[in-house]
Amino acid sequence: MDISFYVIQALNGIQYGFLLFLVASGLTLVFGVMGIINLAHGSFFMMGAYLALWLARHTGSLFSALPIALLFATAVAFLAERLAFRHLYRRRHLDHVLLTYGFILIFNELQRILWGNDVHSVPAPDLLAGSIPLTATQSYPVYRIFISIVCLGVAFGLAVAIRSTRFGMAIRAGVVNREMVEALGIDTNKLFAAVFCLGAGLAAFAGMIAAPVEAVYPGIGETFLIVSFVVVVIGGIGSLRGAFVGAMAIGLADAFGKALMPQFAGIGIYAVMAALLLWRPQGLFGEKQA
Amino acid sequence: MKPRLDGRRAALAAALLALALVPAVADEFYVVLFTKILVLGIFAMSLDLLVGYTGLPSLGHAAYFGAAAYAAMVLAPESAPANLLLTLPASVLVAALLALATGALAVRTAGMYFIMVTLAFGQMAYFAVHDSPYLGGSDGKLLFARPVVAFGGAAILDFAEPQVYYLLVLACLAGSYGILRAVVQSPFGRVIQGIRVNEARMQALGYATYRYKLASFAIGGAFAGLAGYLAAYQAEYVNPKLLGWQESGLALVMVILGGVGTLHGAVLGSAAIVLLQEFFSELTSHWMLLLGLFIVGSVIWLPHGIVGIRAWARRARTR
Repeated sequence: MDISFYVIQALNGIQYGFLLFLVASGLTLVFGVMGIINLAHGSFFMMGAYLALWLARHTGSLFSALPIALLFATAVAFLAERLAFRHLYRRRHLDHVLLTYGFILIFNELQRILWGNDVHSVPAPDLLAGSIPLTATQSYPVYRIFISIVCLGVAFGLAVAIRSTRFGMAIRAGVVNREMVEALGIDTNKLFAAVFCLGAGLAAFAGMIAAPVEAVYPGIGETFLIVSFVVVVIGGIGSLRGAFVGAMAIGLADAFGKALMPQFAGIGIYAVMAALLLWRPQGLFGEKQA
Repeated sequence: MKPRLDGRRAALAAALLALALVPAVADEFYVVLFTKILVLGIFAMSLDLLVGYTGLPSLGHAAYFGAAAYAAMVLAPESAPANLLLTLPASVLVAALLALATGALAVRTAGMYFIMVTLAFGQMAYFAVHDSPYLGGSDGKLLFARPVVAFGGAAILDFAEPQVYYLLVLACLAGSYGILRAVVQSPFGRVIQGIRVNEARMQALGYATYRYKLASFAIGGAFAGLAGYLAAYQAEYVNPKLLGWQESGLALVMVILGGVGTLHGAVLGSAAIVLLQEFFSELTSHWMLLLGLFIVGSVIWLPHGIVGIRAWARRARTR
């Protein structure tokens, strides 16, 4: 095992971590601001992946599929929020679990009706299909680097928006004290809808750009959802910084775990989470007793 | 207070009697269907102890259900029926110990963290089984035969007949209900219900709430294990899906749909889900879509579950 092995694993881990960050950031914001536990968050990731697959085939390019799919997924999120989630903001967490479990069944079955049970692959756009040679025998695909760069841009944009726009200020305030935000005259009705759509849009976007590196298969949404839960638990609910650190930790742990100890690949990230919880039950950046 | 309690006892006795008569009057198809309802009813009741009484909304409860199912498979002889008197307690013990170990970490957290942590532990158990060739990997493994009750080498009771197996499951359900009811009415039960309402106050009263929550988590795990053992032998087959998060989620749906914190509501929820699955799958192969729509509709319009329908109807009349 030479240095290029470690470089490749590190790049894979970072790229996976970035995708996780996009999914987990939506999850943690929806938790933090709206107090909603959204199990169906992974469904938006799945929606993105399948829309990318389908639209890329019809339009011929992943890039032209991106805006259409993003618009569609956000519209679905908006409808779900207006028609269903809105009724449950004042209810128990249990009801959120029940509602979103129902949504998972609906989305999964729709996926099965539309695309069946097969595993599909999406080709990377021609422009990014090449590889960068690392050594005489090993190379690294350009598309994976592209994912990392795009996600870095999105993460940066998100951080700036949350730090210095009025919308971002309302989000940060909402995480700290929801009632106070309402009392200050911010229309939480609109704020919640916007946060929910933002979260779903981020997840769908992650699903779209992930489609060429992950196979597109039924259940891909839940796979990412559950790992994103681990990320949020590690980072602390409502913390974007936590989500970022958690996502990178899990991404790297997963990449090196799979390469170095393949027999424990499945349970590795959960062991990382358990160890962290022993030390800090509220996550790295979480407030005590969220 | 007293007459109401007696009325409830009478209703319970009548329900048990009616259930005991199912094998005498119904086709084998319905006996098997009812066995499934009762097995999942035990599973949902065990979750209700955590969700409805202790305030621990676990989304990884299937880990203990599946752990006992796999324990039953590992403990069963290769080509002879297992002895129920040995393998059932041992399988339940495995589930309880696993719940004790994972619960020791999980009950340190609360609220949404708890939901996510239990989900993660459930997935950990799932992958541990899924990735183990010894346990059959993703395909699972078949069990040779239903267990028997044996004394000193001689089998005195055999559960190969579905009707007999149904009665075993019914007896387990009745026993579980009795024990869990006694648990929630005991001083211990008062403490865990106090924790659900206000943990800080219970701590101020001097209770070591962590220990109570952990004990409740382990008891819930043990009864989930009982259900898992029975489920494994009903299908005579185990696979990793038994530990999967869908199974945990479905149990939670049963509990919430039935009515949280009632025990018998969990059994009603189990009946509702199993019968709906059966009914919808007769209609279309895309029954999950209908079930999903049903769940979404019921959570919006039926906030207190099936046992809340009476109060809901009363309100609707007076309106």
